[in-house]
Amino acid sequence: MSEALLSTQNLSCERGYRTLFERLDLHIARGELLQIGGENGSGKSTLLKVLAGLSSDYSGEIFWQGQAIQSVKEQFQADLCYLGHAKGVKQGLTIAENLRWFCSLYPCDDSADAQRKVLEQLQLYRFRDHLCGQLSAGQQQRVALARLLLSKARLWILDEPFTAIDKQGVAEFEEIICQRVSEGTAVILTTHHALQLAIPHRSIVLGAKCP
Amino acid sequence: MWQFFHKLGSPRWFYQISSSLLPWLGVLSAALIITATVWGLAFAPMDFKQGNSFRIIYIHVPSAFLALAGYYTMAIAGAVYLIWRMKMAEIVLRVAAPIGAVMTFLALITGAIWGKPTWGAWWVWDARITSMLVLFFLYMGVVALAGSYQRADLGSKAAAILALVGTVNIPIIYKSVDWWYSLHQPATIKFTSKPSIHPDMLWPLLLMIVGFYLLYAVLIMLHARAEIVQREQRTRWIQELAK
Amino acid sequence: MSLASACWQMLRRDLTLLARRKMDVLNPLLFGFLVALLFPLGLGPAPASLALVAPGLLWIIALLSCLWATDGVFDEDFHDGSLALILLSPQPAYFLIMARLMAHWLASGFIVALVSPVLALMLYLPSEAMGVLFLSLLLGSASLVCIGAVGAALTVNVRNGGVLLSLIVLPLYVPVIIFGSAAVQAAAQLQDSTAYLAILAAMSLLAIVLVPLAITAALRINVDAA
Repeated sequence: MSEALLSTQNLSCERGYRTLFERLDLHIARGELLQIGGENGSGKSTLLKVLAGLSSDYSGEIFWQGQAIQSVKEQFQADLCYLGHAKGVKQGLTIAENLRWFCSLYPCDDSADAQRKVLEQLQLYRFRDHLCGQLSAGQQQRVALARLLLSKARLWILDEPFTAIDKQGVAEFEEIICQRVSEGTAVILTTHHALQLAIPHRSIVLGAKCP
Repeated sequence: MWQFFHKLGSPRWFYQISSSLLPWLGVLSAALIITATVWGLAFAPMDFKQGNSFRIIYIHVPSAFLALAGYYTMAIAGAVYLIWRMKMAEIVLRVAAPIGAVMTFLALITGAIWGKPTWGAWWVWDARITSMLVLFFLYMGVVALAGSYQRADLGSKAAAILALVGTVNIPIIYKSVDWWYSLHQPATIKFTSKPSIHPDMLWPLLLMIVGFYLLYAVLIMLHARAEIVQREQRTRWIQELAK
Repeated sequence: MSLASACWQMLRRDLTLLARRKMDVLNPLLFGFLVALLFPLGLGPAPASLALVAPGLLWIIALLSCLWATDGVFDEDFHDGSLALILLSPQPAYFLIMARLMAHWLASGFIVALVSPVLALMLYLPSEAMGVLFLSLLLGSASLVCIGAVGAALTVNVRNGGVLLSLIVLPLYVPVIIFGSAAVQAAAQLQDSTAYLAILAAMSLLAIVLVPLAITAALRINVDAA
């Protein structure tokens, strides 16, 4: 078993008087895909935010490559690509400008060739100089996916990445994910779609009663 | 040593300790305040220039001291909460804000009451009162901000940040207002110069100040206890207490 | 992907966005002029009385303009997820926020300083004080924008946060307006205002250095909540 990239120990989170999850021990290694399931409000998004480091409202430990995550924050963030509910696509900027800004913040493959390839793969190349506010919801979602594909991160944390994308788009993106996972990217995601992935993957369900 | 701090942060320990301390502090502060009030109002000699109206300082000065001390209490509690996530620190931060605001308000009102017979106007923009007014708004900002968040713990964190920003600013504000006043006021009359105070007037003032500090501690404890009961209402020890 | 290029891209991105929404930049200035209109209506148009209050009045107008311009400086990024991207970047958020403040200052405080001579003419400020007015606004508006941004960061997720923003920020503006108007007042009376300008510069430097810390902390709290 390859060494875990991200692992947690005894992770618990409470909101008010509700326990969202407790004593969670999960781990993910290179080339693995973990799906987090659960009903609406079961804490999936919160868990992803905690794992990504956006929320400090938890108890327990999180480790990145075996070390406490607080001590390796910068390396962790350089290797993470997070896609939250709000996609982070700036409406007032063009696709090209959005990607250029993103690539200045994160380690990316930002050569003109790589950008062109990714945009063409997502059928966005024609629109690269259009303001994102003029694109459809599905196209904006694909701009967010373009960011993923350009980043050199080894861990993807995706919160509902298939929203607003049509069936064919979902199938295409599933294929892209499978390809990346087999190349070594670790992926943690939540989704309402029934995934049909050609690769082995694990899933955990939040809010399920223990037997 | 760490254990002591850990205990300090536990609401239950605070509740128990304050239960035993409160009667003593309450009696002591009441005694001091009553003594000082009677001494100051009835027995201290009349002021040469101001007559009897100076006696308002027995309320004005202590409340002004506490207004400022209360802000620092609030800011320190906020810093402790941000750094160490201590529950008690959050509670102290939350209760200190309105108490401090009331102290500041009291200082402003008594300052105005003092102003009327002394300078002929209900409100005079002298350096101290102006600084006190700014302090009042700083307090109200903290109170308003803490209450505007939906999640209480995040509201407390935001309030803590604001309190710390205010702390950095307070010396700058006080100095600026001091300087502003010296720039604009006519050279003949000096409103802010404190006349050297006669010891017979000083003693009741000192007693009053100590009494007020104790009163502040009593108020904080009472409000904190109420807050604790409300927050921990589901825990066993509170429910046992209620029985 | 160096820090310098990240800051430059941040600056560039923010200026691009601001340039595409010119009304957002123009509105606070228009408000400033509106306030400048209200005062003669309230005080009477006599040049003597207006000239007397002009130094303080001009600074108050500039202050309000900067305050309104910083309201909502983080709102859009907060709601569309860009803020999470900024906070999760391996580049230190401290400098990225500083770059953003620079962009916003260029679109608010800097423009107010440029436009101030026009307002000064409308309020009969003696011409000797114009230069100092411009300089004092240039130096002081940086702290106005920075302090306003702290308030904006704390109220980013509050409904109708504008009033709360004013309540939080205006007490903190007190030192800036004291020295800013004193500088212009001194110049209007043909006295030396260098000391006041130096103090304004010092306050701005302090603000620029300390404020990104408070802003980052406040933004992290709000991203946690959402």
